[in-house]
Amino acid sequence: MEELMKTLKVQIVEQLNLQQIKPEDIGDDQPLFVEGLALDSIDALELIVLLQQKYGIKLAKPEDGPQIFKTVRNIAQYITDHRAK
Amino acid sequence: MTTDNYISRYISIDQNGILLNGDIIYRADGKSGAELLIDAFKTSGISYPKFYKMDNLSKLAFLAAELLLADQGLRERYKAEETAVILSCANSSLDTDLRFWESVESGAPSPSLFVYTLPNVMLGEICIRWGIKGENTCFVSERFDVAMQTDYVDSLLATGCAEVVLSGRADYLNGQMEAFFMLVEKNPTSLDIHNPLTVQKLYDRQWKN
Repeated sequence: MEELMKTLKVQIVEQLNLQQIKPEDIGDDQPLFVEGLALDSIDALELIVLLQQKYGIKLAKPEDGPQIFKTVRNIAQYITDHRAK
Repeated sequence: MTTDNYISRYISIDQNGILLNGDIIYRADGKSGAELLIDAFKTSGISYPKFYKMDNLSKLAFLAAELLLADQGLRERYKAEETAVILSCANSSLDTDLRFWESVESGAPSPSLFVYTLPNVMLGEICIRWGIKGENTCFVSERFDVAMQTDYVDSLLATGCAEVVLSGRADYLNGQMEAFFMLVEKNPTSLDIHNPLTVQKLYDRQWKN
């Protein structure tokens, strides 16, 4: 899980072009939207693409997005839960 | 009777660097188009994280507007509704269209590229940044139609549709770029009267010439 979160932070910075942020500056439980990294709806779509591209996971219920993408830890947990299936 | 309008400031950006009112303020020193835009943005000290997410055309237009409008008190002197942005370009959003198509071909269409597949998005980025709510128009023409655009801007000012206009041209394709922006006002803030001859003269006075 720790290694996955570390990898995810690098991928998020790269996928979302967050050039002013270092991956290690993103907290495991830091809110990604509104506050924290202040990501927007387009970023949310990019995160969905990231899950599909890098992990082969398609978001089954889009309405679950806000909870899944709330923090890096939540994303990592979702990947862990769904990659095994 | 026609009333003169004035070009209070102008800026040019191309592969060689950036000229503000004809003076060199940034040298490219061999950087590519995209590298130049990011380096010049960082050098200027502007803090706006969304800049990095923009496509190259919007980065170009945004940077030109930032440097042109800095310290001009635009928000203090003019209402949001009386400020217009009139731009033109040759290649529309083709640079990003092609990159988006590549992402489609790869099987993972990029949402962040898709939102930049229109040329007028660059106007939107400028308006969001500067709180501008006046007329927005983006013309697509192979060459800068100086006579038409000058007449259009003068008409906006003459009819009261706008009190100030950010007018110019921005184009980006495959690393080749050019931007030429002017701030056009009714008040005589400079000796440059806004007419086709002057606009053409200032537009031609770029590094490449």
